[in-house]
Amino acid sequence: MSPAESDRTLSTMPTDVWSQPSVDVPDLGGVEQVQRITVPASMRYDYSPGLTQTRFLRALEEKRILGERTPGHEDVYVSHRGVDPVTGLPTTEEVEVGPHATITAFCVVHIGFGVNAPPTPFVSALFLPDGAAVSLYGTVGGISHEDVRIGMRVEPVWVDDADLTTSMENIRYWRPIDEPDVPAEQLKGHM
Amino acid sequence: MGANRVAVIGTGQTKYTAVRGDVSMPGLIREAAYRAVEDAGLTMADIDAVVIGKAPDFFEGMMMPETYLAEALGCVGKPLFRVHTAGSVGGSTAIVAASHVEAGVHERVLTIGWQQQSVSEAMWALSFPIPFQQQLVAGAGGYFAPFIREYMRRSNAPDDTGILVALKDRLNALKNPYAHLHEPEITYDSIKESFMLWEPIRYSETCPSSDGAFAMVLGSEAAAAQAQADTGIPPAWVLGTSMRSEPATAHGRDQITPQAGKDCAADVYRQAGISDPLEDVDMVEMYVPFSWYEPMWLENLGFAPEGEGWRLTEDGTTQMDGRLPVNCSGGVLSTNPIGASGMIRFGEAAMQVRGTAGDHQIDGVRKAVGHAYGGAAQFFAMWVVGSDRP
Repeated sequence: MSPAESDRTLSTMPTDVWSQPSVDVPDLGGVEQVQRITVPASMRYDYSPGLTQTRFLRALEEKRILGERTPGHEDVYVSHRGVDPVTGLPTTEEVEVGPHATITAFCVVHIGFGVNAPPTPFVSALFLPDGAAVSLYGTVGGISHEDVRIGMRVEPVWVDDADLTTSMENIRYWRPIDEPDVPAEQLKGHM
Repeated sequence: MGANRVAVIGTGQTKYTAVRGDVSMPGLIREAAYRAVEDAGLTMADIDAVVIGKAPDFFEGMMMPETYLAEALGCVGKPLFRVHTAGSVGGSTAIVAASHVEAGVHERVLTIGWQQQSVSEAMWALSFPIPFQQQLVAGAGGYFAPFIREYMRRSNAPDDTGILVALKDRLNALKNPYAHLHEPEITYDSIKESFMLWEPIRYSETCPSSDGAFAMVLGSEAAAAQAQADTGIPPAWVLGTSMRSEPATAHGRDQITPQAGKDCAADVYRQAGISDPLEDVDMVEMYVPFSWYEPMWLENLGFAPEGEGWRLTEDGTTQMDGRLPVNCSGGVLSTNPIGASGMIRFGEAAMQVRGTAGDHQIDGVRKAVGHAYGGAAQFFAMWVVGSDRP
């Protein structure tokens, strides 16, 4: 197909292909055409997290990370949902996990798009809290991005006590602790 | 597959670009739809139903646009069905459209996938802060890059496999007048030296943000015979369709080669009578938004053993003149209107079978695979189309 065909615009399409009622557009005469409008918008909302997530968020306010055990499989999931993501069955028990964790995967970010993203370059990573079966997202701090490794042991750095809320944002970032790395092969299936 | 045969009897697409400022969303859709209906030798009056798909509405900030798009979609007074499966939606939508014909409910179904990325910022949409949820701070690239790093670690692939994929797809795009990125000056070195965005993903190894739409007309056996008689273009028979999904987070889940992708491929190959994918498939359009996903999906879809997919990229197998051409259209790496990207893969596979792919046509394609994935690499959609009636 020729480039001309790909550039064929809508207005040049044959009219008989379409069999829709035509739309009457009133003649606006000499009225000045509007090119752009700015519409300020805001939205205020209340969020009801439900029982399970409420407990998770309340614990975060106390600098604790809660997981939940699945029936039968004995996997501990973070963050809270109240159900086993594989079977859909209700979880059976709340378990505190972490605060120490292991980096299961990461990348070095050189582009500052995200809201709340730290200055570039920074490391975006997945963190497996001790006792949990799956990882949480976050960023790595307190170390050069060149020194981050899969299997590196870390701990959360919390916001000041006065700033603690019922939010994941309580964890500012994760920083290395002086423990040997976990072999990468042991982290498969835990990302 | 159901009792009734179904075939692609028309395809149409827009020119893809960063900002299609000359058309509104209705105009964009209608442009692709026009071309697909024309290609099938039909008029809109012949269409029985319309099945659409697009990426999540918050990517554009326009909720349920289909409610005001009835005229543009050509479905005033006709059934309209919308499919939602994130990035895989273009593929899933085509499959749902096919099922409308397979079921014997409709003779000719128009299906359209689109995205107008220019009206909003998908990167922001994927990274906005919700205090009570985990926040992803670096968009889709930041999400997938760690898994690419893990693939590189596991497979010991050469560092430049991603560069070779990007070079191939961007050069293929030069043969596709509809592709978004036309970069005749691109070289191995220019890709290698391009800005590192989400290490290990470079700028030139990343998909663009595109506006555009892709449409297909799917028809019954009788509709296919009629269209071929009218247009002289053979149909692409749908030989198999499959969708699979898995939870984003689950213990034992392997994001590098998801089980849902393997199951989807096995299911669609079984339907299409494919026992050795590398041998039996003539070309593939697979969803590769970041270069390294070519070797990763080659393994996931059974074209190479685990850890060996990069070899097919490195030895030229996936080149246009290779044994298994991959993404002759330039792929997602050259064109990414998210909601359309899956349908472009499915539709380009059909175009190859029908012999209508133009300068990026591969000779003698008898079986082609279209593939799409979405979400946290958790939603998969595939079809096999072929020249021989099943």
